[in-house]
Amino acid sequence: MKKSICLYFQVHQPYRLRQYRFFDIGKNHYYYDDFANKTIMSRVASRCYIPANRLILDLIKEFDGAFKVAFSVSGMALEQMEQYAPEALESFKELAATGHVEFLAETYSHSLSSLISPVKFKNQVKMHTKAVEQHFGQKPKAFRNTELIYSDTIGEMAAEMGFTTMLTEGARHILGWKSPNYLYVNALTPKLKLMLRNFRLSDDIAFRFSDKKWGDWPLTAEKYAGWIAGALEKDELVNIFMDYESFGEHQPASSGIFEFLRAMPGMILNHTNLEILTPSQAAAKHQPIAPLHVPYAISWADEERDISAWYGNELQQEAFNDLYALEERVKLSNDPDLQRDFRRMQASDHFYYMCTKLFSDGDVHKYFNPYDSPYEAFINYMNVLSDITLRTPK
Amino acid sequence: MKVLMFGWEFPPHISGGLGTACDGLTKGLAKHQVEILFVMPTASGDEDQSAVRIINASDVAAFETREDARNLLEKVQFLQVTSNLIPYLGPDEFTEQVNLEREKEWNEFRISFGQKYKFSGTYGSNLMEEVMRYALVASSIAKHHDFDVIHAHDWLTNMAGIAAKRVSGKPLVIHVHATEFDRTGEHVNEQVYELEKRGMEEADRIIAVSDLTRNTIINKYHINPQKVVTVHNAVDFSTVEDREISRGVPEKIVTFLGRITYQKGPEYFIEAAYKVLQKTQNVRFVMAGSGDMFNRSIRRVAKLGISSHFHFTGFLRGEDVKNMFAYSDVYVMPSVSEPFGISPLEAMRAGVPAIISKQSGVAEVLHHAIKVDFWDVHALADAIYGLLTYPALKTMTVRCGLEEVNALKWDIAAAKVKKIYEDVLEEKLKKTTI
Repeated sequence: MKKSICLYFQVHQPYRLRQYRFFDIGKNHYYYDDFANKTIMSRVASRCYIPANRLILDLIKEFDGAFKVAFSVSGMALEQMEQYAPEALESFKELAATGHVEFLAETYSHSLSSLISPVKFKNQVKMHTKAVEQHFGQKPKAFRNTELIYSDTIGEMAAEMGFTTMLTEGARHILGWKSPNYLYVNALTPKLKLMLRNFRLSDDIAFRFSDKKWGDWPLTAEKYAGWIAGALEKDELVNIFMDYESFGEHQPASSGIFEFLRAMPGMILNHTNLEILTPSQAAAKHQPIAPLHVPYAISWADEERDISAWYGNELQQEAFNDLYALEERVKLSNDPDLQRDFRRMQASDHFYYMCTKLFSDGDVHKYFNPYDSPYEAFINYMNVLSDITLRTPK
Repeated sequence: MKVLMFGWEFPPHISGGLGTACDGLTKGLAKHQVEILFVMPTASGDEDQSAVRIINASDVAAFETREDARNLLEKVQFLQVTSNLIPYLGPDEFTEQVNLEREKEWNEFRISFGQKYKFSGTYGSNLMEEVMRYALVASSIAKHHDFDVIHAHDWLTNMAGIAAKRVSGKPLVIHVHATEFDRTGEHVNEQVYELEKRGMEEADRIIAVSDLTRNTIINKYHINPQKVVTVHNAVDFSTVEDREISRGVPEKIVTFLGRITYQKGPEYFIEAAYKVLQKTQNVRFVMAGSGDMFNRSIRRVAKLGISSHFHFTGFLRGEDVKNMFAYSDVYVMPSVSEPFGISPLEAMRAGVPAIISKQSGVAEVLHHAIKVDFWDVHALADAIYGLLTYPALKTMTVRCGLEEVNALKWDIAAAKVKKIYEDVLEEKLKKTTI
């Protein structure tokens, strides 16, 4: 049986908040930094989404379906593409039409709702599923949670919603001696198969590709395919998961990242025992090797691979709890504008900006971060939230 | 290692942060086995001499013999700081003019043979004269004591440092706690600037209390960057205790504590207070201190119609300062230009969250204070409001701030200073052996 490789790319952009002073509370209900949002979306669309989609489309045609990828596109990114870069959205639709691209389900707002309650979480997922069906004409079967956050109970919630496959991090502290390169199942319900990110091979592209101080620079597709083949000598399945913006944005076009992507499928498929599949295909094909116990939530972020980047300090916890305390009343309000704002406030990014680990864990947190300090981020967020609270019927 | 250090003030009799910094630094140095002779213009005898030996300049005669004076004048003829740039003068006339000046200088100094000068040690109107006389006394002290390095704090002691260097030939370290630009904005006093620059040029090394100050020294005084080293100030809080105090008012209290002068940005505090008070009345603002913008500030507060929630305490000292911190919910330092700024650290140590301007040196070492541009009264008002309104912001800044402040030890700063002494001595050694 052939060994499998899965490629999944995350597409997400939050609605960044404008500088919202406390004088605005109760007076001005517009919260967004249109200029930043528009500029960043247009830039990422032209540097990454559009050229990378075109390249992937070519590769699918060239390899006649032997090259496949998966995307998860958050509701926030879908809305902003519609608003600021419709041609990028079109190119995703074109990819969907090939039949070789799988679109995964996630939370609509790229939210942390899985940490708070099943109801809130499921509402978010349903909303996203609907959006995927509407835009891409397919009903997602596999699920990835925001920032690959996963625990036994989160997996159970996904299974209850009918998903059979879920993607998460191959966190070292969970796996111990075990390899991420197999299919696992949820510890509470074996119906849910788990695909674990191979963080070393994923980060070789996402973080290290253009790093000239890296011992393996420059990374060629041939070398990379060799590493994958090496990993799969004994193991069965390598999952390469990363932010889509790695192509052209985090790793600039000048680094040769697109040439790398163009050459990679050929180099992988030269190894005749390897094939490239979508997550759902791979999950159907391979046998789960063991249940994976994850009592505390894990994620793909930072060294800790936990949720401390979004829910680690007092600021984040207060903002988070204050936000979700409103949910019930927002839902009952029948005010579509209020509900839209409430959705946008849930994006995990807002909480990431409040992370105080940033003082030590620098670079990644700074990217696209509009604030100088976590305190500034918190004050701004809370001011907006105060206004939303005032708008919410008692 | 023995250091001859020139200061202007030393606790308990202090009017600014310089004395406190000298105290902390010398105690830190003492822990690193550095012996210090601390010279100050006027000592009262009740200074804490556990870490230093204090020399009271008022007890030292400037010259003992005629020879002393002549010898010294040769070496320190820079002392007169009148400008030699007289327009429309031919070369002959110029030489004549210079000789005349010299003669005048000589006559002036002759009268002080064997005399002691009673320094006021304050920052009064005859400051420039005191600075010069301090230098004369310094050269006498340098002659009669044994030491390895000279360390002079701020422009008031620059001349003393130079005089001591000329007389002894020992390396000179100038410590810049503030520059004329910090004190006056762009309206610098030429004479003071000149003295500062002279000190920096003659120094073998310059210690700046922040990168901000270091940049000023490099850009505004045109000093070789390699000569300028940043050593951030520190704090030692052994004497500060937690205190419980009952408040007379139910509202939250936001405090400005410092000199009410241009440099400290009091007007931005007032404007921000006005904005916050428009939103909530459940807060009172306190401006503690005195200074040349005091009256203007009161007028502005009255004009804005916020006097019922804005209070002036006048100058506070000792216990009252501690009580003020204990009263406060938020401390604000909106300084336009602050070479370092120790007071936010004192506030944080007392469990009061601090908002500081990005234009302060202390912003370089603090993560857990909220930083705003001094001119951005909107951001300042917003930060005040945030700290008063969102509980997590206060708990987190207080908890993390305390840890952070406790880590800023004079011990560590003193080790860096000692390294600088060692460096200049080594350089000196290299130069003499070549």
